[in-house]
Amino acid sequence: MTQLHLHSPGLWALAWRRLRADRVALAALAVVAGFLLLVLLSGAGLIAGDWEDEVAVNYAPPTFIGADATARALAQAQLPRATPPNAFDPLAAELAALKAQVAARQPPVEKRTTLLFGADKWGHDIVKKTIKGGETSIVVGLVAALLAVTLGTVFGAVSGFYGGWVDDLFNWFYSIFTAIPSILMILTVAAVLQQKGVATIVLILGLTGWTGPYRLMRAEYIRHGAREYVLAAKAIGASGWQRMFGHILPNVAHVALVQMSILVVGFIKAEVILSFLGFGVPVGTVSWGSMLNEAQNELILGKWWQLAAAASAMALLVTSFSLFADALRDALDPKIK
Amino acid sequence: MFAYILRRLWQMLPTMAGVVVLVFVLFNWVGGDPAYLLAGKMADAAAIENVRRQLGLDQPWFVQLWIFVKQILTADFGNAWSTGEPVSHIIASRLGPSLTVLVPLTLLETALGIALALAIAFVRGSLTDRAVMVACTVGMSISILVYIIGFQYVFAYRLGLFPVQGWGDSLGENLLRYALLPIIIGLAVSIAPTLRLYRSFVLDEAGQDYVRTARAKGLKERRIVWVHVLRNAAIPIITHVTANLPALLIGAFLLERFFGIPGIGREVILAVERSDFPVIKAITVYVAAATMVFNLLADLLYRAVDPRVQFT
Repeated sequence: MTQLHLHSPGLWALAWRRLRADRVALAALAVVAGFLLLVLLSGAGLIAGDWEDEVAVNYAPPTFIGADATARALAQAQLPRATPPNAFDPLAAELAALKAQVAARQPPVEKRTTLLFGADKWGHDIVKKTIKGGETSIVVGLVAALLAVTLGTVFGAVSGFYGGWVDDLFNWFYSIFTAIPSILMILTVAAVLQQKGVATIVLILGLTGWTGPYRLMRAEYIRHGAREYVLAAKAIGASGWQRMFGHILPNVAHVALVQMSILVVGFIKAEVILSFLGFGVPVGTVSWGSMLNEAQNELILGKWWQLAAAASAMALLVTSFSLFADALRDALDPKIK
Repeated sequence: MFAYILRRLWQMLPTMAGVVVLVFVLFNWVGGDPAYLLAGKMADAAAIENVRRQLGLDQPWFVQLWIFVKQILTADFGNAWSTGEPVSHIIASRLGPSLTVLVPLTLLETALGIALALAIAFVRGSLTDRAVMVACTVGMSISILVYIIGFQYVFAYRLGLFPVQGWGDSLGENLLRYALLPIIIGLAVSIAPTLRLYRSFVLDEAGQDYVRTARAKGLKERRIVWVHVLRNAAIPIITHVTANLPALLIGAFLLERFFGIPGIGREVILAVERSDFPVIKAITVYVAAATMVFNLLADLLYRAVDPRVQFT
């Protein structure tokens, strides 16, 4: 009899079994994994490391549209041309020597008139730029969500486990942070910090986003704190800290995981808006938000490809991530429909 | 009921005090010394010292906190650093344009959300239901920026159906001419998450016993949905709408920025760009207070909708 029960599947095995049965979830997971792979590869410098090379003429259209007359004219114009020598130029000899030096080191390359998905204002490849921008946006979303969930879990654990005045204190914090709408909180912190950078956005989003996970984790810790396995752990002398994170955490970690997958989606959207407004990534770093910022002006010139690339890459990732998060929640918490 | 309201207001005090302290700490310790910002680029030590004295920065922290509390209690935050306009005047004059967009948007969004959610929830599991839910998920994942850029380009710039930007003086002109496209975009962005949420509220009610009873006694489906279910699903809907109103005041900042609407949201963005601390401080404190008042309002509305709710 006991043999049967020894091998009963655990929470994670059951969840994986449920997730595997859900085709939509698996497809979404594949897309998310694909994006993460791209982030890893571009983070390691294996792809899109050369996105800043000006490989094409300004605003080169996508290949499937074909080069237009302006692009051809631009390509002609950008070929190295001999400027007529100026007899009065006192630096003519030095300039000629310098030009020869430059030409010897890097031979002039003919710029392309079309690219797979077009080029931006400076002739950067849009596909590579989108991958690089995705790296920034996704890394910000993941790290900020990790920070927010970690804070929420630690606060929720301490608050729910100990109760009493500790609980009151954290609840007071919670009521303060929820009294200020999150977007206003983010903008206020952005105004105070006054420095741009990827680390700053991660801090802003992480420090303002812990309230949701906190509320759920606190409820879980209150429920589990009175259970027999925790009392048994106390009886054999486990410290409060050990009981909180050694015994209870593995049993409630799925709640944190679901929260994290929900937060990642929200934070990616928030990063895009912050970077768009210019409070996000610094100049020289590309993210989907800064791409949308450039694309806004390009659209009026009829150059829609940068907008299309950034918008559809983001929509694809966010759709798959939310579908996956929904499926994950259903798989880990079968009681909720 | 009067006693209930008084007690709730009393309970808000600690939270409000916390908000004040949080804003104070953020701006006085986390942020840099604003005197360097205000005194200009070529400031000497005397000029900086002068600015510090004017702002009260040379005082001990508890005096500074008291100055801040006095500012809140008298609703006098001084003048904006960048323009010199009184902060109270900024807030009063920017509230109108914001509400011109937000009131119609909230009313339409709620009405449309409820109608669609009731229609969808009663064909649960059908192809229509699933198609609408997939469309909602996709619609939610497109950035609001893309909606605004796309709609503004196509409807205003290309087709010329609406003005690209602008704001007039009369309410009628603003509402019918300038606010129309922002309201449409706001609806397009918000209807997907609203519909998903309201559908789940309605579904929670649709399986209840009283629905079966109503059917058993021969009521028309239409009456069951619009009278019985709606009234019961109203409580979470009220919570959602009232909780979102103050956030929306700021949340519409992208619409206001793109369409040049002189509202509160755009003012926050401008203040953040210009490091105009008095404006941000004032708006943060007021919006936090508004959030709490609206929470109380929601609780009072529950009673109006559901007589079973008791104030304790």
